[in-house]
Amino acid sequence: MNSLLRVEDLKTCFYTDAGMVKAVDGISYDIQEGETMGLVGESGCGKSVSALSILRLIPYPPGKITGGKVVFEGKDLLQISEDEIRDVRGNRIAMIFQEPMTSLNPVLTIGLQIGEALEIHRGLKRKETRDEVLKLLRMVGIPDPERRIDDYPHQFSGGMRQRVMIAMALSCNPKLLIADEPTTAVDVTIQAQLLETIKDLTSRLGTAVILITHNLGVVARYVNRMAVMYAGRIIESGPATEVYEHPRHPYTVGLLASVPRLDKPRVGRLVPIDGQPPDLIRLPPGCSFFPRCSHRMQQCSMERPELRIVGAGHLAACLKDLGS
Amino acid sequence: MEEIFDKAEKPKWSQSREVLHRLSKRITAMIGLVIVLIFLISAIFAPFLALHDPLEHSLGHMLAKPSWDYPLGRDELGRCILSRVIYGARISLLIGTMVISIGVLLGAPLGIISAYYGGKVDFIIQRFVDTMLAFPGILLALTLIAMLGVGLANVMIAVGISTIPIYARLARSSVLAIKSRQFVEASRSIGASNFKIILRHLLPNSLSPIIVQSTLHMATAILWAAGLGFLGLGINPPTPEWGAMLNGGRLYIRVAYHVATFPGLMIFITVLGFNLLGDGLRDALDPRLKT
Repeated sequence: MNSLLRVEDLKTCFYTDAGMVKAVDGISYDIQEGETMGLVGESGCGKSVSALSILRLIPYPPGKITGGKVVFEGKDLLQISEDEIRDVRGNRIAMIFQEPMTSLNPVLTIGLQIGEALEIHRGLKRKETRDEVLKLLRMVGIPDPERRIDDYPHQFSGGMRQRVMIAMALSCNPKLLIADEPTTAVDVTIQAQLLETIKDLTSRLGTAVILITHNLGVVARYVNRMAVMYAGRIIESGPATEVYEHPRHPYTVGLLASVPRLDKPRVGRLVPIDGQPPDLIRLPPGCSFFPRCSHRMQQCSMERPELRIVGAGHLAACLKDLGS
Repeated sequence: MEEIFDKAEKPKWSQSREVLHRLSKRITAMIGLVIVLIFLISAIFAPFLALHDPLEHSLGHMLAKPSWDYPLGRDELGRCILSRVIYGARISLLIGTMVISIGVLLGAPLGIISAYYGGKVDFIIQRFVDTMLAFPGILLALTLIAMLGVGLANVMIAVGISTIPIYARLARSSVLAIKSRQFVEASRSIGASNFKIILRHLLPNSLSPIIVQSTLHMATAILWAAGLGFLGLGINPPTPEWGAMLNGGRLYIRVAYHVATFPGLMIFITVLGFNLLGDGLRDALDPRLKT
């Protein structure tokens, strides 16, 4: 099967006064059409940067994509011209951002903002755009769209604004939707509603989704496949249930042990992961998780483990085989 | 829950109405607004408001004191001062708007481009702005007039050009604050071009400091125009202009106070009005006051 998006050895760096930060340090993954993939990891592990790199939205300077390939529908997005990438953005690949409060322009009505992509990519007239926007608002579940279309962002609640963002992202019927922690800024009840909306609409439209999150509960429910990132690299990936049930990397094990589970009997206290994530400017030569790992061996401090197959479609980057 | 809240919302309440509402609660701003409105009305409707032809002179009534027919008296050529003051508002309004237009239309895009693109573009534009700011404004205007020659159009161009760096700086600083906001990134993520981002997202969001500054600037521009008129560098003589009237009356201040006093008072009141309105607008447009 041909994959919709193939990321190969993607590397993104930020040049700061303190030194070069390897925010994304050679990650690779595939996404099939209509598939939902979860990208999991703690803050600062490079999840968002890797997503922004796909659309070349890294601010330069200080950021720079230093290597790799992002092949989407047969074209390497890192090689095409600025005009061509602009045609991909919002049209073929769309994004939803973390903060619904700040990702809408406060001085424009939401109707205008949702219609922006339609005007850019479809060249629709004012009236047609308006009709289309009304349809989109209805689709994402905003009540009374005829009245709300001319409202300003500050007249919407956080959850409603995120729905507006979803409408904006899906307006041109993209093949791939990158949702960068879409539910972090809203409260728990709304989180579930929003995720259901995203899941529902993307499966109806056949849109593939990269769902970036640090919430493992979200991953378990909404994604087919997941990849766990640590210090700019993917350290484990595979079918979501498989990774969830049989984690093979000590970091994934640690992450899962530190979240409350409703599907398992309660056994004592939650176990936190000791220590802090490493400084991305001065990464240890071996495994980046080495200082915090409870399974560490002498070898781990010297040799950087590569991803290797540990099960059906299941990869993990650890020298020790936790499964056996 | 959310739906209920959304439905129970207030009727349409646009941002401009909100600003007007906040403005109306400030007495000084309202006084400023009234003065500015009177100024605008007298400028626009001058032919209907003036009691006499502002150019009609009568040497027999030179420097006549205020009277029923000539409420502010007559000047050194026997012309009606009230009518001349009313017509003078036209010139001041014209100079003010043209000066601000030149400053805003050339300065703001320069500042926005400078902030948005950054790097070398920013460096070059800002050094140019620095150079212009290093000149005292009035000196720059005088130099330009010396180059271009005396006349109304040249005064406007000269003063207008000297305000460009101020708007460039202002627009640059507000765009710098806005351009890293997420909605700009969001707009880029849907494929908007630089031009579209600037026009749609950066410009409207950086407008309020520019509005405030241009209101305050209107006062300065009127003052400068009067100053240049006073020096005889402005508009050609018979046309009524406040600065030139002030200069004309200066010689007779001891025998006929009213000739110089009333145009001076008009300059003072108008400038005050614009300043009060500008201060009020600044408070009303302050984003920190928004709920």
